[in-house]
Amino acid sequence: MAGSAAVVVEKLSKHYAGPPAVDAVKGIDLEVARGEIFGLLGPNGAGKTTTVGMCTTRVVPTSGRVTVDGIDVQGDPPAARSRIGVVTQFNTLDRSCTVFENLKYHCRYFGMSHNQAKARASELLETFRLADRADADVMALSGGMAQRLQVARSIAHRPVVLFLDEPTSGLDPQSRIALWEVLGALHDEGTTVILTTHYMEEADQLCDRLAVIDHGELLVMGTPDQLKKQVGVATIVRLSLEGDREAAVAGLVPLAGVDRAEVVGDEVLVYLAEREGPLPAVVQAAMAFGLVDLALTEPTLEMVFIQLTGRALRD
Amino acid sequence: MTENPVTENPVTENPVTENPVIAVSYRAAFWGLMVRDTKVLSRSLTQFLLRTVIQPFLFVFVFLYVFPKIGAGIHGPGKASFGTVLLPGLVAVAIMFQGIQAVGLPLVNEFAQTREIEDRVMAPLPTSMVAFEKILFGAMQSALAAVLVFPMVLFFPNSNVHPHVNPVLLVAEIIVACLSAGALGLAIGTGWNPRQVPLIFSLIVIPITFLGCIYYPWASLHTVRWLQILILINPLVYVSEGLRGAITPNLQHMPWPVSLGVLILIGSGLGWLGMRGFRRRVLD
Repeated sequence: MAGSAAVVVEKLSKHYAGPPAVDAVKGIDLEVARGEIFGLLGPNGAGKTTTVGMCTTRVVPTSGRVTVDGIDVQGDPPAARSRIGVVTQFNTLDRSCTVFENLKYHCRYFGMSHNQAKARASELLETFRLADRADADVMALSGGMAQRLQVARSIAHRPVVLFLDEPTSGLDPQSRIALWEVLGALHDEGTTVILTTHYMEEADQLCDRLAVIDHGELLVMGTPDQLKKQVGVATIVRLSLEGDREAAVAGLVPLAGVDRAEVVGDEVLVYLAEREGPLPAVVQAAMAFGLVDLALTEPTLEMVFIQLTGRALRD
Repeated sequence: MTENPVTENPVTENPVTENPVIAVSYRAAFWGLMVRDTKVLSRSLTQFLLRTVIQPFLFVFVFLYVFPKIGAGIHGPGKASFGTVLLPGLVAVAIMFQGIQAVGLPLVNEFAQTREIEDRVMAPLPTSMVAFEKILFGAMQSALAAVLVFPMVLFFPNSNVHPHVNPVLLVAEIIVACLSAGALGLAIGTGWNPRQVPLIFSLIVIPITFLGCIYYPWASLHTVRWLQILILINPLVYVSEGLRGAITPNLQHMPWPVSLGVLILIGSGLGWLGMRGFRRRVLD
């Protein structure tokens, strides 16, 4: 029901007449619950930014509908904008204004009084550790600080849904982790967050649920664990053996709970259908082939993507 | 102005969200944009003054001081002083220039490179109102320019101007002229890209200035009839002639219903073009 979901996307399509004519988004359906961190995962050019653009009033859909907090985005863009915060891929800070003014005037646009706006701006500067830069020119900020300011600005009016388009691309690892913490805190406060990314780890660590998008189509949707289960295995055991690896594979495959096994480089990879059940038997069998070392790895979203599209995410 | 009430969801099972949405009216958002622009303008006031005053000052300096000194004084038609011709003309050009400088050129950059307009476009009011704010704020700067240039020309030594101001008509002309200038700026700002900026000067600024009835009343062009007809497409002609009617009516000028009426038509056309251009640049 539209009322309980934060964002509902129905049969959303975007066709660009071109040239070249492009179907950037081809009939996407999805629903994001309140309080969720939802990720749109896909390679560059998959249609993620266009989808976010349609959710945030900036791109006019060719067909379909987006509802944010019960508001039809196309029907009433200003009302939709009052409920969303947006961080785009680009630095869109107001260069004619200081750090503090960027926040203050944003609050004014969203109807706060002069005093409310000042108070909120000061509060955000503290929260985002930018207080000592209050009067700085926004062009003098580092990439990480500029990004923090953009996020601070996007939530200044306390939006119901926060959209972030590739929020960490171009950030150094430290700033990336800092941003993850901020998003985590917003999540704890109950803000719905929708982000696009082509970083697997980010999608995996941050998102409650994910939709994998490629060529404008939604391929699969679910929690990171659900998606990884799609690969068909729960755990991958990497074995370093002194003995005959081919023989080990032949010996391991028949074991209960083993999906398949293969030699990859110096190691034997054993794919387990369940997480822990088959492990003791595998270890015991491996001993016979001179087990030297053993490591467990989870299936990754990369594997999900490769399985779905036949190619790697960052091609 | 339309209010934009934040309505509760009629079919929600869980109506209380963790994030209270602030009820926003278009008026508050519009006011916020104006406050921001005022702050930015106040910070660059010196720049505003210089770009507004220098050109008309040099004009009166050369034509009303240097030329008479070197024995090349120019006169207006009949017994009118050249200062009398120039006063409404220079006020008109100050108004029109401001629209291009305060609205047009900054927008060209904001759309193309800096994207800083983004945050204002995402404010909770219709896109057309964000565009209209640009026109309105540009118009205010034009009006300020008019207020600065008018006394400068009037009291310039040797200007020899004898105005007979019709205050009501003057205010009406200035309001319409300033809004038209803002609309021209919006149309330029949304229709041109940064590489074309030099062309804006060659193709728009210079022709409309030289052929804008600043240095001569329109009626005196009757001896060059084709030119007199041709320049009727220039909005600055109606601003100059309208102000002439309101400030120095002793000089020949277009009847005010004509100058004002045509200017309203042209201004509306530019406004429509600018708003449409703004929408196109902002929406994908």
